[in-house]
Amino acid sequence: MHICIDDYLLDIVQNSFEAGSSLVELTFAETGTNLFCEIRDNGKGMNAEIQRRVLDPFYSDGEKHKKRKVGLGLPFLSQACDACDGTFALQSEEGIGTTVSFSFRLDHIDAPPMGNVASTFLALLSHPLCEELVIERSLETGKGGEAYTLRKSELEAVLGPFETSGTLALLRQYLSSQEEELEQYREENLLDMHRRNTSPSRQQEM
Amino acid sequence: MAKMTLEELRKLREKKQNEIQKRDIEGKDARIIVGMGTCGIAAGAKPVLDTFLEVLDEKKIDNVSVTQTGCMGLCYVEPTIEVIVPGMPDVIYGKVDVETARKIVEQHIIGKQLVTDHMFDRPAADIIKKDGGK
Repeated sequence: MHICIDDYLLDIVQNSFEAGSSLVELTFAETGTNLFCEIRDNGKGMNAEIQRRVLDPFYSDGEKHKKRKVGLGLPFLSQACDACDGTFALQSEEGIGTTVSFSFRLDHIDAPPMGNVASTFLALLSHPLCEELVIERSLETGKGGEAYTLRKSELEAVLGPFETSGTLALLRQYLSSQEEELEQYREENLLDMHRRNTSPSRQQEM
Repeated sequence: MAKMTLEELRKLREKKQNEIQKRDIEGKDARIIVGMGTCGIAAGAKPVLDTFLEVLDEKKIDNVSVTQTGCMGLCYVEPTIEVIVPGMPDVIYGKVDVETARKIVEQHIIGKQLVTDHMFDRPAADIIKKDGGK
């Protein structure tokens, strides 16, 4: 099992890249108590039979690893959502694309910690199969909030291809600055009880 | 750090590019490939990737290629990474945590010596036994 919510996210967005998508859109929206996430891709999609089987941990299409009998990304996620009163939904059409959406109740005792969102976005944006990725990240409290949008093509136009350590270090710095602004808003405006999601494992992760 | 704009990012890049010219030799053509499959992620590959970038930036090494791949088939020793440095054997390191990642940059990428206690699969077993490949 994964430790943090952002690990689940990283794991399943890779599915979209591997499905040959030319565009992947990610919504990652937090309120004080909930996280809603949606991943929409225009990859190859899945037929009804495969959709039925992907939540079975012992099912894999066997394309990446010929003899392997497990596929754990989606089963892990749906199980983690179930464990904390969250939701999980999968919609897909062959040749059109797939949409996965899930939510977590962040104040639930069994909700995983959030993890390091900036480093997850970094890993996704620099994934070798990622053609175009648009990330809408927000924190809304009802009284206001913070949000930012990341677009791979726009960032690559500024930095050049995401290949070498120097370029990725700049990207890392940029992403951290976006996320820090959001964290600052959280600390100024939300109650202490919601902060637990960024504490213990976050330090381990850094 | 205040929220950076794309324009500020562009300026920062230009500034950095002027500095890069002088030290283009270190890390040239070196590659780090991080296994980022489900098994790698569960074992902590993401903070490892992050640490590589952090340490390389700290050491001002700008031209190491850092990429991701899926599972390399060594799920039992995740996180696994492959390091390719010209003039040295290609190595797959396993059980790489953030401390080991730092050590790999300092010892393997910069010092040109293998980190023997984390080597798996490659190169051949008889080489792994030798001290740092010296």
